[in-house]
Amino acid sequence: MVNPNVQGKKYPATNPYLVGREKIREFAHAVKSTNPINLDVFAAQAAGYNDVVAPPTFAVVIQERSLATVLNDPEADIDFSRVVHGDQRFIHARPIVAGDELVSVLEVASVKTLGAHSMVTFETKIFAEGDELVCTAISTLVVRGGE
Amino acid sequence: MTHINIASLEVGQVIGTSEFLLTRDSLVRYAGASGDFNPIHYRDDFAQSVGLDGVLAHGMLTMGAAVQVAVDWVGDAGKVIDYGVRFTKPVFVDAKDGAVLVVTGKIGEIDAENGEVRVDLTATFNETAVLGKAQARVRL
Repeated sequence: MVNPNVQGKKYPATNPYLVGREKIREFAHAVKSTNPINLDVFAAQAAGYNDVVAPPTFAVVIQERSLATVLNDPEADIDFSRVVHGDQRFIHARPIVAGDELVSVLEVASVKTLGAHSMVTFETKIFAEGDELVCTAISTLVVRGGE
Repeated sequence: MTHINIASLEVGQVIGTSEFLLTRDSLVRYAGASGDFNPIHYRDDFAQSVGLDGVLAHGMLTMGAAVQVAVDWVGDAGKVIDYGVRFTKPVFVDAKDGAVLVVTGKIGEIDAENGEVRVDLTATFNETAVLGKAQARVRL
């Protein structure tokens, strides 16, 4: 059972994550993108970007770094072996581009209990240098109760 | 600007359909690219030990592949400004044959004033929907 008292708890900003060009290409291939904007620097620059653009779900890599902090927080008491991903959303103020240095700040938006299960919603704000908001990632995990 | 004329679009119009073959190789590749090394995505014995029928695809791989239909339509991955899904059913990936994900995108809403369109995606595996409320807001 997830501790309902962590609703509203904010976790400190993660260490900066430098978005690499090859990491974007690797992730793009993994999600089966063939979009030149993800893969080809010249195509991305012709479209007005500084470098290759990350696929729309790449922000999950940054979100995971914040989530790891929560999953290791004894106060939250989340049993990762019982976690199922319920839903996910990424709201982009602008796309993530190779060369970005990103930090994320996570807040536990809500903790709900449904019978033996808990539903925890996390809101992770991802910032580039100069506190520029790039993306808000919203994730709900379902934590199955014990048998 | 894209090649798409917003005035020519209609709600309900199909913008594209794609099939994605997810194999165990795809899952290992996604695990490495994303950093999600949960063994339910590559070890049958582990998946079965937690009550699953077998290895299943990362929900985030299904989500990431599905949006490619919208990306291919608009031609620029950076134009997808808001994308959300619910994970409703697992995609079991057979060791030999993999799993075929079929994704179709339709126009769900047109916001001509802001030059934005909502693309509603359906993703099915074995003719069962595996994503719910999969919606991508695209800036044209």
